[in-house]
Amino acid sequence: MSTILSIRDLRKSYADGFEALKGVSLDIEEGEILALLGPNGAGKTTLISTVCGITTPTSGSVTVGGYDIQADYRAARKMIGLVPQEIALEPFEKVWNTVRFSRGLFGHGSDNARIEEILRKLSLWDKRRNAIKELSGGMKRRVLIAKALAHEPRVLFLDEPTAGVDVELRKDMWEIVAELKQAGVTIILTTHYIEEAEAIADRVGVIDKGELLLVQDKNTLMAQMGKKQIEVMLTEPVATIPDSLSEHNLALNGARDALIYTYDTNAERTGITTLLNDVAQAGLVLRDVQTRQSSLEEIFVNLVSGEPA
Amino acid sequence: MNWSAIAAIYRFEMARFFRTLAQSFLSPVLSTSLYFVVFGTAIGSRIQEIEGVSYGAFIVPGLILLSVVMLSISNASFGIYFPKFLGTIYELLSAPVNFIEIVIGYVGAAATKALFVGLVILATATFFVDIRIEHPFAMAAFLILSCLSFSLLGFIVGIWAGNFEQMSLVPQLVVTPLIFLGGTFYSISMLPPLWQTITLFNPVVYLISGFRWSFYGIADVPIFWSLLAILAFTGICLAIIGWIFKTGWRIRS
Repeated sequence: MSTILSIRDLRKSYADGFEALKGVSLDIEEGEILALLGPNGAGKTTLISTVCGITTPTSGSVTVGGYDIQADYRAARKMIGLVPQEIALEPFEKVWNTVRFSRGLFGHGSDNARIEEILRKLSLWDKRRNAIKELSGGMKRRVLIAKALAHEPRVLFLDEPTAGVDVELRKDMWEIVAELKQAGVTIILTTHYIEEAEAIADRVGVIDKGELLLVQDKNTLMAQMGKKQIEVMLTEPVATIPDSLSEHNLALNGARDALIYTYDTNAERTGITTLLNDVAQAGLVLRDVQTRQSSLEEIFVNLVSGEPA
Repeated sequence: MNWSAIAAIYRFEMARFFRTLAQSFLSPVLSTSLYFVVFGTAIGSRIQEIEGVSYGAFIVPGLILLSVVMLSISNASFGIYFPKFLGTIYELLSAPVNFIEIVIGYVGAAATKALFVGLVILATATFFVDIRIEHPFAMAAFLILSCLSFSLLGFIVGIWAGNFEQMSLVPQLVVTPLIFLGGTFYSISMLPPLWQTITLFNPVVYLISGFRWSFYGIADVPIFWSLLAILAFTGICLAIIGWIFKTGWRIRS
């Protein structure tokens, strides 16, 4: 895979001294889905706005497909599609016309077949003659995506695509993103729904207070930073943890009928076999065993608060 | 040059006009008719002729300019303010277009709409009075330049405005008085000497005088000054717009 978007030491400060981006550097590979996670005001939207040309950077450089976003802004912007966070659409315009407008604005000639394909893919074909104001919120969001795709971008930015969207539409949106990835589109999405990043991203970037804290393969991130727990459920509750098990560093659950053992998946020996043997030796009878891995959300919260996961 | 972007903006803006075609067409016809009834008939019966032209015919060029100027400003300011208000301006800012293309699209559409209404008023006026156009090319040039220059002004107002009230501030508080005091309904030679001199500081006087000259060959100020005034005004508006896009004033953070 080759790098399609390269951000180098990007900074943005405002007249009042506020630094929205404090030297962000990031490479994005062609065809991947990168999720940018961060709390409100972390700089996610500023980062996207700067790459797309809506905000002028204070310093640093960005290239898209090798084109500098300032020196070669036309070539760079033609490769980018943007779906903004807020629903911003002309209410009286028809769906078809607004998508055709977007295509024209990005320098493409009218291509009815292409617009039809996009509208069908996003289940908007039946609504093509409707004025935007007649559409539901979910449909409007689809129109925003259709507009962003109208000029066949190679990189698509989705700024909180599922904020305030119901569960069903969120699943639809994930399917759309998966289809776009299939079609070879590189996708950068911002979200503060961790489950969203967990469900669809290839890589996860965590941004907070204008700084990119880390960017990592999602699975590696979870494996590296995630702790795993094994819960050994007993047939009978116990008053205390037997002394013979003290070296395992166990905890009891609230009902005192399960032993909780935390271990590192990357360690050479997890100690599970010994533990289970020792539990049997101590005369305890197992009812069930289950394991649990810490979610991306826990990792994220710990990262942002500065504590280890 | 991204011609397809210019065409897209122009087409999108004209669609707004065609959606309300009846309104765009009927309202100038009605207001012009009212002006003729009130000014032409009531006042005209007392004034009769100005420099050999009947009063009804005399006010036609001013009436056309009055509507054209107001519409150019409101069309262009609305055209660019509405995307700011709705947030759809993100698309313009992230598109591979430069400011010249954006201005041509928006100002071109606003000027086209105003030109259309100007021609409708001219046609309506022929039902009330006899109109002759002695210098048709000059007439077309003044009309088109007026549409363009005031659409440029409207564009600036739309970028500057922070709310709908401010949008109507410039047309109502500045432009309307200038037009009414600029000789739309009278020749400045009818004013006392002091007011004649003061009036010469009103830029609209040059515009109306030149436009009326293209109809009837009569003017308050030499035609050369009229032409210079409208060209200078267009140049100033262009310079301000150039500065706005260079600095991103009120559009790009």
